[in-house]
Amino acid sequence: MSSAIRITGVTKRYGATQALDGIDLDIAEGEFFGLLGPNGAGKTTLISALAGLVIPDSGRLEVMGHNVQTDYRQARLKLGVVPQELVFDPFFSVREALRIQSGYYGIRRNDDWIDEILANLDLTSKAQANMRSLSGGMKRRVLVAQALVHKPPVIVLDEPTAGVDVELRHGLWRFIRRLNAEGHTIVLTTHYLEEAEAECQRIAMMKAGRIVALDSTANLLQRFGDGTNNLEEAFMRVMKEAA
Amino acid sequence: MISFLTLLEKEVIRFWKVGFQTVAAPVVTALLYLLIFSHVLEAHVRVYDDVPYTAFLVPGLIMMSVLQNSFANSSSSLIQSKVTGSIVFMLLAPISWRAFWAAYVIAAALRGFLVGLAVFLMTLVFAGVHLEAPLWILTFALLGGAVLATLGVIAGIWADKFDQLAAFQNFIIVPLTFLSGVFYSVHSLPPFWQQVSHWNPVFYMIDGFRYGFFAKSDISPWTSLGVVALCFVLLAGLTLDLLRRGYKLRM
Repeated sequence: MSSAIRITGVTKRYGATQALDGIDLDIAEGEFFGLLGPNGAGKTTLISALAGLVIPDSGRLEVMGHNVQTDYRQARLKLGVVPQELVFDPFFSVREALRIQSGYYGIRRNDDWIDEILANLDLTSKAQANMRSLSGGMKRRVLVAQALVHKPPVIVLDEPTAGVDVELRHGLWRFIRRLNAEGHTIVLTTHYLEEAEAECQRIAMMKAGRIVALDSTANLLQRFGDGTNNLEEAFMRVMKEAA
Repeated sequence: MISFLTLLEKEVIRFWKVGFQTVAAPVVTALLYLLIFSHVLEAHVRVYDDVPYTAFLVPGLIMMSVLQNSFANSSSSLIQSKVTGSIVFMLLAPISWRAFWAAYVIAAALRGFLVGLAVFLMTLVFAGVHLEAPLWILTFALLGGAVLATLGVIAGIWADKFDQLAAFQNFIIVPLTFLSGVFYSVHSLPPFWQQVSHWNPVFYMIDGFRYGFFAKSDISPWTSLGVVALCFVLLAGLTLDLLRRGYKLRM
């Protein structure tokens, strides 16, 4: 199976902090992949490097075979990213923001798909609302919508359910699972390990800029879960052993 | 092309949605300058023999409005999107750095042009119309607006906070525009300050623009055009390089 994401030898230093310390990672097309780690492990830096928001000191990153630095336009067309921070443009409504986002990806008439995204994320009633008037959970769902407007084959979700209530979280995962079933590659970072355990086929665990564990979810549970079938236990054990 | 047009459209909609603040308010400011300065100096100052001071003042005020608002649009839009974080949506998208630059500059120059046009129309009430060379007027309005719009992109990229941008505006842009011959001819200055004025690129924008109204200027309009065009090329080159390298945007 071909790679959706290929990361080779990526490093990034911020002053005295080695944010990424030689990352090698290959994520196949159609995978539902989890990227876990404590705060400061380098998950967001890695995602940012993949998205072209951060220029790495060394190494190579590819999305669907396109180098994110030298072939950035094709790479970005293939990638949708839900950022961790709740960011929005206060000048526009939800629908306007999604139309603008579609336009950034070269798509002019996209209302049918926008309507479908809004329905799946329970945002239809808020389509005309200004972004400023939305709750935190709604803003986060709009971020998910913005990442999906151009139907990217690779979707990266950086803590997509933070601040989202249980019912809406279930709706969101139903939608993401559907996209994965249709062939989209999903990369998820989350501090809700039960979500990673339920959704991800394979997981990488990061600590201090390095990948310290990389295996299928089942194997990680078997190797580190000590029979508890609890990803949180496995995660804690991996972090302890990687110290 | 669609991504460039979308970004351009978004930047235009952004300032149009708050038109009272971005277009109407600068017009009021310019009119206040006109009323006060013409009231105080009309009877005492005549720069060109056959041109009343009020009429002399109008082109300078129009151009000052064009320049300040062109700068304000691109710089404020960028710093706002950086502070709110919404710039990420543009940085994630496959918008080329050339398209990014062009969209911000054209939208900002357009706002400057609209403000200048509105000031011109309002000043018709107070001063007669002299349009000796309209093509020069258009040329300097658009080119000058583009120069300050590009400078606004640089300032918006460089500033991390609103007060840094305010400092750029208050200590660089405002002095350059005020001390460029808007309210006076540089020939009325002592020789040293005349020479200093010739190092101010805004002086050439104002002087060339004013030539379009009266067919009179301190410097040949062709010289002014050359200086302003050179400024634009240099600043555009610098801005494009900053965007290509991702300076302060992709770190």
